[in-house]
Amino acid sequence: MSAPFRVEHATRSSQVGMAIFAAALVALAAAPFWGGRDDLRLLSEIYAYVALASLWNLLAGYAGLVSVGQQAYVGLGGYVLFASTILAGLHPFVAVPLAGMVAGVVALPVAGLMFRLRGHYFAIGTWVVAEVFRLIASQISALGGGSGISLPAGIVTSMASSRQMREFLIYWVALALVVVVLGAIVLLLRSRYGLALTAIRDNELAARSNGVDVARTKLVVYVLTAFGTAMIGALIFLQKLRISPDTAFSVNDWTAFVIFITVIGGIGRVEGPIIGTIVFFLLRQTLADLGSLYLLMLGAVAIAVMLFAPKGIWGLIADRFGWQLLPLERRLHFAPDARTT
Amino acid sequence: MEWANIIIQGVLIGGLYAMFAAGLALIFGVMRLVNIAHGDLIVLAAYVALMTTDTLGLNPLIAIVIVVPIMAAIGYALQRALLNRTLGDDVLPPLLVTFGLSVIIQNALLEAFTADSRRLKAGPIEVQTFEVAGVWIGVLPLLQFVVAIAVIAGLQLLFYRTALGRAFRATSDDQSVAQLMGLDNRHVFALAMALSLAVIAVAGVFLAVRTNFDPAIGPARLIFGFEAVIIGGLGSMWGTLAGGIILGVSQAIGAQINPGWQLLAGHLAFLLILAVRPEGLFPKVQT
Repeated sequence: MSAPFRVEHATRSSQVGMAIFAAALVALAAAPFWGGRDDLRLLSEIYAYVALASLWNLLAGYAGLVSVGQQAYVGLGGYVLFASTILAGLHPFVAVPLAGMVAGVVALPVAGLMFRLRGHYFAIGTWVVAEVFRLIASQISALGGGSGISLPAGIVTSMASSRQMREFLIYWVALALVVVVLGAIVLLLRSRYGLALTAIRDNELAARSNGVDVARTKLVVYVLTAFGTAMIGALIFLQKLRISPDTAFSVNDWTAFVIFITVIGGIGRVEGPIIGTIVFFLLRQTLADLGSLYLLMLGAVAIAVMLFAPKGIWGLIADRFGWQLLPLERRLHFAPDARTT
Repeated sequence: MEWANIIIQGVLIGGLYAMFAAGLALIFGVMRLVNIAHGDLIVLAAYVALMTTDTLGLNPLIAIVIVVPIMAAIGYALQRALLNRTLGDDVLPPLLVTFGLSVIIQNALLEAFTADSRRLKAGPIEVQTFEVAGVWIGVLPLLQFVVAIAVIAGLQLLFYRTALGRAFRATSDDQSVAQLMGLDNRHVFALAMALSLAVIAVAGVFLAVRTNFDPAIGPARLIFGFEAVIIGGLGSMWGTLAGGIILGVSQAIGAQINPGWQLLAGHLAFLLILAVRPEGLFPKVQT
């Protein structure tokens, strides 16, 4: 006997949204056939930021774990890739999921320590962890110590012999990874964990009093986020072919940008980081010549958004028109209603 | 005697870390705000001191009397214009706004002063030392340590012996009741931030006299201050001094074993305390 009602996630706008995503996916998967080398690089970078921002959004926007130390896992992922390919001879594409697994395991004791710090202090604690990782990385002389190391030519050519094919492969892996990350986040939010997470986002106390195991849910999200972030990190540095402690654990590149993207796009909504990344790259393409002034403006815009439109660009749109690009809402349809059964 | 020397150096630098920590702990105690731009404000104070000494030709240690009111004014304005708007039950707005502020200050300093390393010159006092029982002590590090103790003792007195301190404690305990009793929370918070930046100003000048500085070193100072707060225990001013000293000594010992381990040893000491005694060594307020 089926339940007297069923849950429907899709709305008209989410069906349109999914159609747009599907069309975009086909077009982007074919990018090697219509785009040049620079286009592929730019698109891969965009994918990396969409994924990093979506993961940070899950962590901060839903689970309320405001981390400013996610560069710990970006860098860890990169270093696991370099270590496992150079020292253990693994294939780079095998090293990417390995990086995720290592980070997931490392995240457990880290969470054990960091969760002792309340709210605000958690943020700076995560930064300390990233610093510790950076300092340890700079002590590993087999991986170039403080000055870093390049991926040896033999490992690079093991992916594919021609440079063009390599770039295509890395591009497709990057696209696949962002699709997997976004898909996993959507599935997670549609699961009962998602319901718990949304409840925690809206009111932690109320969630707890309704029987949500807040600590456990936060731990799961923290570990999953570390897993995904490290895989993205591995891919970023596979594309760069070079890693150093300062680039791998850069707070500006992997946390400041990611936070600004999420805040501007709309924190606490899956669509936010996607919109934010598009805005971020449009701004960067036009203002990149300004150098440090560009970062300064970005910080000012993020502060203004936080103060005057705390739900970000997508929050404004969603509130105004009731849109959702991804099927995440929950609407109950009862069995007697013939139209839905 | 070599180790005695190292530990003394660590204790003395710990005074500087305690000043970083005191400003941070003060803000957190009064309004439950963790200021991520704290370290960058320390560096800003160093640059304000640089401009003051350059234009007026003052000794930096005397320039403190000018840097302190300037930073306090910045703190008051910052709180009234920006940070008061972020306070509430949600931890996200204050964290993100102060994080944005941190990026803004760093890049503004970069635009104004370039990435070059700078240093303040305090004259012959920089190299003066004296010997006590075989241990050499620098006059400047000792002065800095004494100033740190004076600052913390002053904060302690202010908190428990003055009307302003009473206002701070009342607002910390219960904002709405404090407001009912006629306190203007926005003003009280702004005064607390002004006081925090006044402490930062003193710390920033000593930092700039003792080491090279550039616009990018702020976050590391925030982390040192934060670690000292957590090691010492939340809500305790003297705890921050103990935390700063433990951090300084750990770093000094680490550096002695291997120069690359200086910062790592400090971080590990912090993580160890967090693992075995998460409430810190001298906790006072449970939050």
